[in-house]
Amino acid sequence: MDIAEKIISGDIRSVARLIRDIDDNVPGSREVLKDLYPSTGKAYVVGITGSPGVGKSTLVDQMVTHLRADGKTVGVLAVDPTSPFSGGAILGDRVRMQRHSMDEGVFIRSMATRGYFGGITQSTRSAIDVLDAMGKDCIIVETVGVGQDEIDIVQSADTTIIVLVPGMGDDVQALKAGILEIGNIFVINKADREGADRTVNDIRLMIEMDEKRYKDGWKPPILTAQAVFDKGIIEILDEIDKHRKHLESSAKIQSMRKYEKVRNDLSEMIKDKIIRDVFDEIINSGEFETTLQSIIKGETDPYTACDTIVSKKLKKGAA
Amino acid sequence: MNQKRKIRILVAKPGLDGHDRGARIIARTYRDAGFEVVYSGLHQTPEEVVQAAIQEDVDMIGLSSLAGAHMYLFPRVVELLHEKGADDIVVCGGGIFPEEDIPKLKKAGIKELFTPGTPLDKVVKWVEENVKPRG
Amino acid sequence: MFTKESIEKIDVENKKWQQVYNKSVAKTPERLTRFSSVSDHPVQNLYTPLDIKDLDYSNDIGFPNQYPFTRGVQPSMYRGRLWTMRMFAGLGSAKDTNKRFHLLVNEGQTGLSTAFDMPTLMGYDTDSPKSVGECGRCGVAIDTLKDMEILFEGLPIDRITTSMTINPPAAVMWAMYIAMAEKRGIRREAIGGTIQNDMLKEFIAQKTFMCPPKPSMRLITDTVEFATKEVPRWNPISISGYHIREAGSTAVQELAFTLADGIAYVEAALERGLAVDSFAPRLSFFFNSHIDFFEEIAKYRAARRMWAKIMSERFKAKDQRSMWLRFHTQTAGCSLTAQQPYNNVIRTSLEALAAVLGGTQSLHTNSLDEVLALPTEEAATIALRTQQIIAEESGVANTIDPLGGSFYIERLTKDMEEEAFEYIKKIDDMGGMVAAIERNYPQLEIADAAYKYQKQIDSKEKTVVGVNKYVTEEEIPVEILQIEAELEEKQIQWTNQVKDTRDNKKVKNALEKLGESAQRDDNLMHPIIDAVKEYATEQEICDVFREVFGVYRDPGVY
Repeated sequence: MDIAEKIISGDIRSVARLIRDIDDNVPGSREVLKDLYPSTGKAYVVGITGSPGVGKSTLVDQMVTHLRADGKTVGVLAVDPTSPFSGGAILGDRVRMQRHSMDEGVFIRSMATRGYFGGITQSTRSAIDVLDAMGKDCIIVETVGVGQDEIDIVQSADTTIIVLVPGMGDDVQALKAGILEIGNIFVINKADREGADRTVNDIRLMIEMDEKRYKDGWKPPILTAQAVFDKGIIEILDEIDKHRKHLESSAKIQSMRKYEKVRNDLSEMIKDKIIRDVFDEIINSGEFETTLQSIIKGETDPYTACDTIVSKKLKKGAA
Repeated sequence: MNQKRKIRILVAKPGLDGHDRGARIIARTYRDAGFEVVYSGLHQTPEEVVQAAIQEDVDMIGLSSLAGAHMYLFPRVVELLHEKGADDIVVCGGGIFPEEDIPKLKKAGIKELFTPGTPLDKVVKWVEENVKPRG
Repeated sequence: MFTKESIEKIDVENKKWQQVYNKSVAKTPERLTRFSSVSDHPVQNLYTPLDIKDLDYSNDIGFPNQYPFTRGVQPSMYRGRLWTMRMFAGLGSAKDTNKRFHLLVNEGQTGLSTAFDMPTLMGYDTDSPKSVGECGRCGVAIDTLKDMEILFEGLPIDRITTSMTINPPAAVMWAMYIAMAEKRGIRREAIGGTIQNDMLKEFIAQKTFMCPPKPSMRLITDTVEFATKEVPRWNPISISGYHIREAGSTAVQELAFTLADGIAYVEAALERGLAVDSFAPRLSFFFNSHIDFFEEIAKYRAARRMWAKIMSERFKAKDQRSMWLRFHTQTAGCSLTAQQPYNNVIRTSLEALAAVLGGTQSLHTNSLDEVLALPTEEAATIALRTQQIIAEESGVANTIDPLGGSFYIERLTKDMEEEAFEYIKKIDDMGGMVAAIERNYPQLEIADAAYKYQKQIDSKEKTVVGVNKYVTEEEIPVEILQIEAELEEKQIQWTNQVKDTRDNKKVKNALEKLGESAQRDDNLMHPIIDAVKEYATEQEICDVFREVFGVYRDPGVY
């Protein structure tokens, strides 16, 4: 069996290693992904995001328990930030899901953002494809909702859940800045804390002010939960199901989504490849260093320098 | 660009002992040395540790034990890795061990053991010298 | 304490002296760029009356046995009775530990202290799959009342007090102890001792847990209520800073988090409807004695003063005994080194001395080999002798609070009090300790402090002899205690034998009743005692708790 076949047959070691190769950008991994592509598209992908400490991992852990009870196999990708100082990371989400580690129907993988432009977005998308190809029914992607990368990741999910906790007024304000638009379901976790009702109202108000959200006819529900005590989890899964049915309800939505997804995936992939193949090469070239010195010495300006370098690299005029 | 392969390490606490000061310090130390560290959390069975190591495709498992059960737990992890065909994952341990247990553990396949007082840079250097990311 | 004139005079003299000092260090520089305690609290070159000019002797320091008890809780302190020398012991089977207990009592120890093995501490029997390899490793294995009976066989438990270091299943072990005493004809009113039973510090630091924080608090409050009503000589909680410190906290964090835990237990008991003065006198504390001599002494003095203020001002206690902070001390396990292990005797001596100068009620001194394994008899004896030398040769126990009035000690006591009260305020603002733990606040503070300290050792900013300075290559061999390999199998067989001879129908009934009581709000001590008397195993009882209350898992804070 070649690697792709092993993965399709569900071999854990091969899956784990391919995700590693994808993360490390090993050239051969791309070939395997090409072979796996025909076997993808069956899994339902749920994205979960929210600030640190809102209880995302615990929520995922409980969702996995319920999905397993329904006989569904689950893949989990937990993305944590890489330290900008050392390039290392502590990936701690697994701790809260570790009780599923002996369950053959669950595959959990921690990934670090590795901190370069869009890299994690591409790696995560490919990892989703791998788990999809290995036959997982549901794939949950968990990210810390702070940067554009994380937003991009969850955006490629079928259903996106935004998790908040009561009393994070500032956070709700910050949500306006972009993350609010991507939420299909809002969950107020730790709802036993003071201010849960207020947070629910704040979100409701924000959604209602933003009419354009309803263009496809889905109005995001706002749920409360206490993940630690397994409260509100079934309701979340029900809403995911409803959202899924909504997406599948009309051919128009389906084809629109398919188009959007392929468009997004391809443009991300191109962006990623350009960054890896072109940008990184420029940055690491000797010419880049000498140009820097010329700008510092006042021999040229950064605008001219940029145009020169890029047009030389692309062998045609830069915009 | 071919990004340099990163070393991935599972820091694990097998057994019932909850003293995780060492494990937490080591996790931070590895992070600050540029490694990707997956932390297993407390009270893990050797089976859970090995399953996590395989799913996470780590290059090394760092086991921590301070309550005396290392003679069962550590060799069991090595044994299970072998059963799963994952002998290439390096296993080392940290914690409180009687001097005479150390050769026995090494014989059982634990590549190195670190006792209290080992400087952190030594622990990092050991990884850099002895653990090669797969490729 | 000083007149305005004398302070002004000292101020002028001090300024002059500081100039002399500066001239001197300009020639011969100070040996460190920065002087600080092991907790990184900055230390001045000299302390004078200027540093304590705002203190009032009567209100802030006072007399022993008088509010705010800075100088000690008992009127005569060690001139009346020395502290209790209580060596923590437990290894292998109940029979092995019983032998060690007899040895320690014969050597002059005045109280017993029991260490349990990991399965017992976590509420599992020896035959649980989770227990493989752990039986008897770090303490004694107790599965049923039969083991408890053997553990204390021949020991005068009506005369000496017993401490049991156990947390999630504390109520179960205590029930076994009560049942064991009653089987020997000793009434529960007559037994004295302590169960650690402090779950909050487990969530914060030591991570031995079973059920979530809220049901854990309920179980603890049950024991407080039961002790108040039926076992009046027992301390139902030992509110512990020891493990917080071992997890890497600073001295101030140890102080603050421990007292904040105490506040949470008092609040829970008040909510239960108990009158503050009915239970507060039985709350006891347990602190670490780390290597920074003066910082530790100041910590104990600050703790007494703070607790007195908390009990009197916050909880309106009237009985002075409610305001007493009585505490056990153990020297710092984390200060010991595997390198040059005989140095540990000296570290332990200094730490023990600090505990005594800080006015501890009882003391455990670590054995030199504890960083390697359980102590051998010889090592445990040296550790006990250390206390006896401090008590009976050194003369430090001849006067009360001998360092009281020291400019440095009083300043440090005040600083630590202020810093710890700041922490307590932060925790109050979060909604109390249970809420703070749910936010991982104390856990993260400790993790940061531990990492910082380790970095200071690595950079040699802090010295650990034999580890980062004065390192020798040769290994000094020490004798290590071995636990017999067949112990686990034997213990499993033994417990199976107990299970075969008990009345299993009665056990089942008792466990069902316990489950029903757990679902209602009944005090669980009675049904637990009923169950242990039928020889229900520890795990059978704890499984009922896990079933009804749920299981707490590591939230994974690093």
